[in-house]
Parts: sequence; structure tokens; C-alpha cells
Amino acid sequence: MAPPSSRRSGFSKKAQYSVFTGYLLAALGALLGAGLLALSYWQPGSFAPLRGAASDAVTPVGEVPAAARTGSQSAWDVVSGYFYAGSQNARLREENEIARIRLAEAEAIRDENRRLKALLDLAKGEVEPVATARLVGSSAASARRFAYIGVGRADGLKPGMPVRSPRGVVGRVLEVASGSARVMLLTDSESVLPVRRAGDNTVAFAEGRGDGLLRIRLINLGLNPLKKGDVFVTSGAGGYYRPGVAVAVLSELTPDGGLARLIADPSATDFVSIEPIYEGEAVAASRVGGENELTEQELKE
Amino acid sequence: MRSARYRGSGINREASPLRAGTVPYVSILAGSLLPVLLLQADVMPLAPPLGYIMLVAWRLMRPGLLPIWAGVPLGLFDDLVSGQPIGCAVLLWSLTMIAFEYLEQQVPWREFWQDWFTAGLAIVMYILAAMALSRATVSPALLLAMLPQIVVAVVLYPVFARLVSRLDLFRLARTRRIG
Repeated sequence: MAPPSSRRSGFSKKAQYSVFTGYLLAALGALLGAGLLALSYWQPGSFAPLRGAASDAVTPVGEVPAAARTGSQSAWDVVSGYFYAGSQNARLREENEIARIRLAEAEAIRDENRRLKALLDLAKGEVEPVATARLVGSSAASARRFAYIGVGRADGLKPGMPVRSPRGVVGRVLEVASGSARVMLLTDSESVLPVRRAGDNTVAFAEGRGDGLLRIRLINLGLNPLKKGDVFVTSGAGGYYRPGVAVAVLSELTPDGGLARLIADPSATDFVSIEPIYEGEAVAASRVGGENELTEQELKE
Repeated sequence: MRSARYRGSGINREASPLRAGTVPYVSILAGSLLPVLLLQADVMPLAPPLGYIMLVAWRLMRPGLLPIWAGVPLGLFDDLVSGQPIGCAVLLWSLTMIAFEYLEQQVPWREFWQDWFTAGLAIVMYILAAMALSRATVSPALLLAMLPQIVVAVVLYPVFARLVSRLDLFRLARTRRIG
């Protein structure tokens, strides 16, 4: 459709000025955008209250589609279940056998653990979650991978707290508003998580790639000891996550580690629990920079 | 039938000014919000940037309806909910509006195919620019993961153009009784 004739200014001074003002405002708007962008690069937290207010307003709306989404997922599972019932039955029976054996082994290990922990006087019980919530939204159109949850500062959330589903780690809290919070998922390309291979102590970093896979980068380079199917759990380094929570399964080998699939796929996750920061002191200590070192006085205390 | 719907049912009806003024803005805001709420795409970016597509569709189908500077407030809202750094959409949406205004002076009469081409080009450039500005580490893997989103957005543009023309009928429906 061609522009209406009123947009062609012709010789009318008034119309020319109004067109000019439009261009001017748009150019100023673009400059404003560039300025805001520079500010949010320079001080990423500066717009947190504004964004928090928006997500506070939006997340209650998100609860409804989130519930519906879970419902429709399970309906689809029921339908697809009919097609795979036979082969699945055989496979499950086999898995069940193996699981029983592993369970017996795990019980033995638990006994041993209890003994050793009693020896060390290191009675650390189950971690009580700060809150449980539904994932109500995600940055589906952006290159970053964030999710939104409907609990916030009022429920005791703080930035940095780990978010997990019953299967494993999902991500960690990035920004907190009074009634909602933004979670950086493990698959975000800025997310780095210290992990170790379950079973031995091969330590590595799990970095998000932005496409749903994690890149496992070994810390000790040399011979790559990894195999497909290796399970990685949190190592507890850094102090945010408690050790031993499942993270990913290795699916592909690379020279410096491998690519891993998430165990707790967020899109299949209904409820998540937010846990307290594992070792708050360690996290606080890592934030002490060169310019604000402790004084002699504080060190003595 | 179509004209009857467009005109409303009586001679003493006229379009509601409130509806005529708000429908484009509300539909663009809803477009910004929908991918965030409806789609749980946590593993890769899947949803097309609906807010931007609606803005482009309104701009191309109804020139002169949105003021040139409309990208500023609408983009700010998109930034607040989309997870991009604040200012990203304000900048890109404003640049889009300026570019389309310039384009329209050069090519005032266009066919739908040309609009689709323009919109597709704008959408591809927007998605790539937004990725570059999002502070994500750009890797080949991420680019590959963006590909479905880009294809879906470009292919779906005619659907959204049709939606916008329907919304335009709704916008101008003569429902307000006068006299």
C-alpha cells in the first residue's frame, strides 16, 4: 500500500516540519537506545529494578500457560506411550534389574558414607530448598537462555542461588525482583559450571553453548579420559552449587573434553526448587577484589 | 459480506477512535510478550521475534499509522520482557522505522512479494544484530541454533501480514453508535 498523500509534504512548511520532527524524534530514539545499551553493558545491574517490575507484572500471567503446557505435554506422552509400549516394557524390565543391583551398591556406599562422615564429624543433612516454583517463561526469541520463575525476594531468593529440578541442575538465579526472578539456564552461552565426572575426580567446566548442549572442558589437559555416556555432577567448586547434583551426560568427544546433553532438560521441567548458596562465605570471598582487600584489623578478627 | 463487516451493520455507526488508536500498539505489545510466556524454549532460541514481526507488518501494511518514533516505547517494552539487554530493541526498532520511512520514499508502490522480501531481510538482520548485541558468545554452534528461528520467522511473515490485515478490519469496524 502506498503512503497516504498526507505523508507527502510538498510545499507546505507545516507538513515539512512535522516530517522533519518525526525523523528527528526517531533518530533521537535510536541514540537513546544506543545509550541505554551502552549503560546496560557497562553496568548490567542498572536496569534490574525496571526489568524486575516488568517481570513481577508478567509472571502471574505466565502461571496459566505454564500449567496448560505441562498438561499438554503429559497428554502427548500418553499418546506416544501407546506406540512404544512393547519395546519400552522389555527395556524397562532390563533397566529395573540393573537398577536393583545399583540400589544395593548405593546402600552399601551410603553406609560407608555415614561411617566416614561420622568419622569426620561432618554431618551435613539434606539441603532445605528456599522455595519451589514453576518455570513460567523463557527468553524464547533471544539468543540468551533465561527463564522466569514466580518467586522472588519476598520468598527469600538472592542472586546466585542454584535452581534445580528433581533430575538435576537447571541454572542459577540471576536477578531478583520482589515477586519474580530471572534464572540463567545452564545452556546460556555465558554460563559456566564446575563439574566432575561421577565415579572419579576428573574435574572440568561445563559451559553453555546456546544450542542446548554443554561443552565439557577438562581442566587437566592431556589424554582425554572421557567416554560417551559419562555422567557429570556438580563438583561444588566456586561455592554456588552443592556437590554431587547431576548435570549432564556426555554425548560426543572433542580433543579438550566433549559435548554433553542436559540431564534436567528445562523444557521438560515442571517445578523447580531454589536452594540456598552452598558455601556463601566462599562466594563472598571470591568477590573480594584487589582494591578492597581486608585490613590488618579485619584479618585479626 | 466483506463490505458489510467492514462497514458495520447500521448506517448510524462509526469506528471507535479508541479501538482505531490502540489495536496496533496492543498487538505489538502482545507479540513481544507471547514468545516469553507461551513457549518454553529453554534449549535453543525457537520463537520468532513476534513483537518485531508485528511492528514490521503494521509498518509495511499501514504506512503512516505508526509514527516514526514508535520504535522507542514499543522497543523499550520488548527489552523489558525479552531478556535482551535494555536498549537493544529501542535502537534496532528505531533504525528499522527510519529505514522503512526512507525505503518508502524510494519505492512508494510495492507488491506483497516486495514487502515480504523487505520484511524478511529486516527480520534476518534484526535477529543477527540482536544476537550480536545480546552479549552471548557467538559461536558456530549458536549460529546454527539460530537458523530454525530465522527460517520460521521469514516463512511465517505472510501469516502475520494476514493477521495484521484482520486486525486492521477489526480496528476500523464501525461499532460505535452515533445519534
